Amino acid sequence: MVMAAEPQFHVLAVDDSLFDRKLIERLLQKASCQVTTVDSGYKALEFLGLREGVEINDPDAVSTSPVIHQEVEVNLIITDYCMPGMTGYDLLKKVKESSAFKNIPVVIMSSENVPARISRCLEEGAEEFFLKPVRLADLNRLKPHMMKTKLKNQMLEEIEKPSKVESGTAAAVVEPEVKDLTEIGIKIVPLQSEVEPKQVHLQVVQQEDQTMSNNKRKSVEEGLSTDRSRPRFEGITTAV
Amino acid sequence: MDAHVAQLQMQYRNYILSLYQQGFLDDQFTELKSLQDDGSPDFVAEVLSLFFDDCVKLVGNMARALDQIGTVDFCQVGANVHQLKGSSSSVGAKRVKGLCINFKELCEAKNYEGCVRCLQQVDIEYKTLKAKLQDMFNLEKQIVQAGGIVPQVDIN
Repeated sequence: MVMAAEPQFHVLAVDDSLFDRKLIERLLQKASCQVTTVDSGYKALEFLGLREGVEINDPDAVSTSPVIHQEVEVNLIITDYCMPGMTGYDLLKKVKESSAFKNIPVVIMSSENVPARISRCLEEGAEEFFLKPVRLADLNRLKPHMMKTKLKNQMLEEIEKPSKVESGTAAAVVEPEVKDLTEIGIKIVPLQSEVEPKQVHLQVVQQEDQTMSNNKRKSVEEGLSTDRSRPRFEGITTAV
Repeated sequence: MDAHVAQLQMQYRNYILSLYQQGFLDDQFTELKSLQDDGSPDFVAEVLSLFFDDCVKLVGNMARALDQIGTVDFCQVGANVHQLKGSSSSVGAKRVKGLCINFKELCEAKNYEGCVRCLQQVDIEYKTLKAKLQDMFNLEKQIVQAGGIVPQVDIN
């Protein structure tokens, strides 16, 4: 049941295949997310406001095409690995290298189970690696990751409010001094009543955080905790 | 509600079950159906339509590549097989997916005759599936027209 209080997550889905885009879009909608789909890593960066490594609101940047200046809040990027031009891995790197967007969780999808590929992505900072076909159960596991970023952004906005710095840098928040969520949880006393319920969420997120890191390699190991056993690795042999 | 609707519904149920039993569809198709709802009532039909378009395109590409007798680019063929394997897997087209797995190996082995045979099988298989699913949709339409509801078929 979707209650009014349930936060809306905005997911940016990247895949060069129209078919896969349609699928991931429906899955995300079903998981109650707001979805934007793009067909390439370049378009994804453009959407985020990053082009050729230059952040859009940089006054020195020469812009030749119309640019989105509004604040784009993206809570998760989910991208296909195999794409022409910029691969999902390349996109992951660019996102993690950008000061404005490195905190956005990135999930990689692939139709191939290549352990070396999976490790590389996870090491580069991908939150999860999903084997296609992606299922609703997979996406629902992403909620804690998205919640974490959303809360962080909101809390940082609260910090930013009293001392609004002139915007010379990226549209997104300035380099946060608070590094992790526990710090935020302790420092911020509820400013408004609406912050209270989120503190409950914080505790939940922290607990889930531990289990999440254990599950990172889930795609490589067999055995998912779903109701029925799916022959996910049928016909594919992997040596991990 | 009359006996006619009930009969159609039973026919529908049996038909769907047979598609699974005969290996045309797998549980990924079930997943797709579960994603369809009042907000997206034609989702399955749309996705299938995209899938079959893909089939036509990819089979065409592969046929052309295999036509270049003596200079067949097996990597190219393999790339198309890879795509078809991905989409058939995502749609629950079990038999097509199975053929693609074999096909991939044949490409890697640069087995020309094997590839040509496999491509023919893929062509037949996706067309067969398309016809079967069309029959399924027609049954759904008949049920609705007769005033009934399309039953949810529990595969397990």
